[in-house]
Amino acid sequence: MTPAIEVRDLRKTYGSGDTAVHALRGLDLTVDRGEYLAIMGASGSGKSTLLNVLGCLDVPTSGRYLLDGIDTAEFGEAQLGLLRNRKIGFVFQSFNLIPRTTALANVELPLVYAGVRRAERRLRANAALRLVGLAERAHHRPNELSGGQQQRVAIARALVTGPAIVLADEPTGNLDTRSSQEVMGILDRLHASGRTVVLITHEDDVAAHANRVVRVVDGRIVENRFTGVLA
Amino acid sequence: MRFTEVLAFAVRGVTANKLRSALTTLGILIGVASVILLIAVGNGASVSVQQSIAGLGTNVLTISPQRAQAGSSARPLTVDDATALADPVEAPAVKSASPVVSTSATAAHADVSHSVSQFLGTDPAYFETTNSAVAQGSPFSADDVAQGRKVVVIGATVATELFPGAAPVGQTILVNNIPFTVVGVLASKGSSGLQDADDTAVAPLSTVRNALTGYGSLSQIVVQATGPDALTAAQAQVTTILDGRHGIGFGGTADYRVLSQEQLLTARTATTDTFTVLLAAVAAISLLVGGIGVTNIMLVTVTERIREIGIRKAVGARRSSILGQFLLEATMLSLFGGALGVAAAFIGAQFTIAGITPVIVPSSVLLAFAVSALIGLFFGSYPAGRAARLRPIEALRHE
Repeated sequence: MTPAIEVRDLRKTYGSGDTAVHALRGLDLTVDRGEYLAIMGASGSGKSTLLNVLGCLDVPTSGRYLLDGIDTAEFGEAQLGLLRNRKIGFVFQSFNLIPRTTALANVELPLVYAGVRRAERRLRANAALRLVGLAERAHHRPNELSGGQQQRVAIARALVTGPAIVLADEPTGNLDTRSSQEVMGILDRLHASGRTVVLITHEDDVAAHANRVVRVVDGRIVENRFTGVLA
Repeated sequence: MRFTEVLAFAVRGVTANKLRSALTTLGILIGVASVILLIAVGNGASVSVQQSIAGLGTNVLTISPQRAQAGSSARPLTVDDATALADPVEAPAVKSASPVVSTSATAAHADVSHSVSQFLGTDPAYFETTNSAVAQGSPFSADDVAQGRKVVVIGATVATELFPGAAPVGQTILVNNIPFTVVGVLASKGSSGLQDADDTAVAPLSTVRNALTGYGSLSQIVVQATGPDALTAAQAQVTTILDGRHGIGFGGTADYRVLSQEQLLTARTATTDTFTVLLAAVAAISLLVGGIGVTNIMLVTVTERIREIGIRKAVGARRSSILGQFLLEATMLSLFGGALGVAAAFIGAQFTIAGITPVIVPSSVLLAFAVSALIGLFFGSYPAGRAARLRPIEALRHE
């Protein structure tokens, strides 16, 4: 079976000459479908850069990135947008909801860009909000929601298009313990329903939810540890 | 993605910050309204000048003295010149020639005094030649001129100033402390924008020279041609006669100037055109300043929302839908502001501004509206386009 994510000799360099910063230095990684992977590493190790490349938010300087066996280097800007919309759900540490816009409208956003009709959009967005337990908060704006609730709205937005892969960049980084548990519970359920989940974390108890933990140091993977049952 | 969805995003974007949207709209409103209104004022002045000059008559030549060139002496225009021009043999195309002297004088009645800007001395033919109808009373007669009687026909402005609510005919006014009897009041000709054509008084030539101006050069000789078609012939005959009398040889520089109403109209129109251009320049500057304000707000709006652009791109928005949203926002603001500006200008044009009734120039409405729309579009699309080209992660990291 084609792996969900396959990365070969991935390099990412910021700047040039003497001041160049090498965030990724020839990184290899394969993530199978249905895997639950945690990426750990110190800040500046390149793990966020890796996740941004995996989420098609950034392009690598060199190396190959195959998403579902397709080389993303061949994709133009419009196709990458389509890929982000259909195949990938991205959850940010800082939530990144659009301000002054209701939770429902935020969740609907990917569906609008996917060209889904209004009635169906509403239906699916409400279903996604129910899944994260926020159905009754649909008409609240981000500033009327707690951090944990905002992150759950962001997760609802990430999964509303039904992506195969969910990427989460320190999803619990800005949350208290109780909210963290709720968010991790939702990610666990997403994994249980067959989605590939890749998350970045600093915390061991968050990483413990995953089947596999990789550790990134200086832009390379130095440790690859299976913690649970392989899916 | 459908257009209506982009439109919905744009509407939400505009209404999200109502104060800022309102201020942007206001900037464009003022710019557009001032351009249209100021051009309308300039045009209104020009139109009224043309009307008042056209009211003077179409078959009239005005001869005025011209300062001599260095080394030659200028002969003054004399009453004899005027008499010679009226010669039916030498100048068959000339119907009449009225000598005119002009001065300013202070007229007083009871304890009211008024400074008359044009106090004229002439003969009775002047009234017909210049289309100056006498509304009350009658013009003075040739006999009045011959006898040097102190009679005067006053303009409408002078009449209302000196005799508010009373009939002036038969009353006596003091002109520079000399008593004149008012025999008539001229019909109003209206303001020409720069000059009040009704602020005038007309008295017999002999009287005015005797009492006010002395016996120097005439200010003007007003010649009436036998008809509009005879104007060119009249001009040639007048030139021939005056050249002979003033000793101007072939190729010499004349010490007088002959102007037809048409030429006068052209000269005056040129003056008001300058006025209009000046006003338009002031208005254009205000539109530019408004445009810079709009630019500023557009830049701030887009810069402030680069993160939002990043979020939209991260969930799959294409460059075209981002660009479309911001273009529509800018277009809505500038069209709305432009439309309000046009409305404000049309309302403003109903009022008389500085004594001038504005006449709106349709092309200025189009121009101002188009310029404002373009300002909004250009300065909205430039930063939006730049932001839409960013990779999502760059936009998301923007502070």
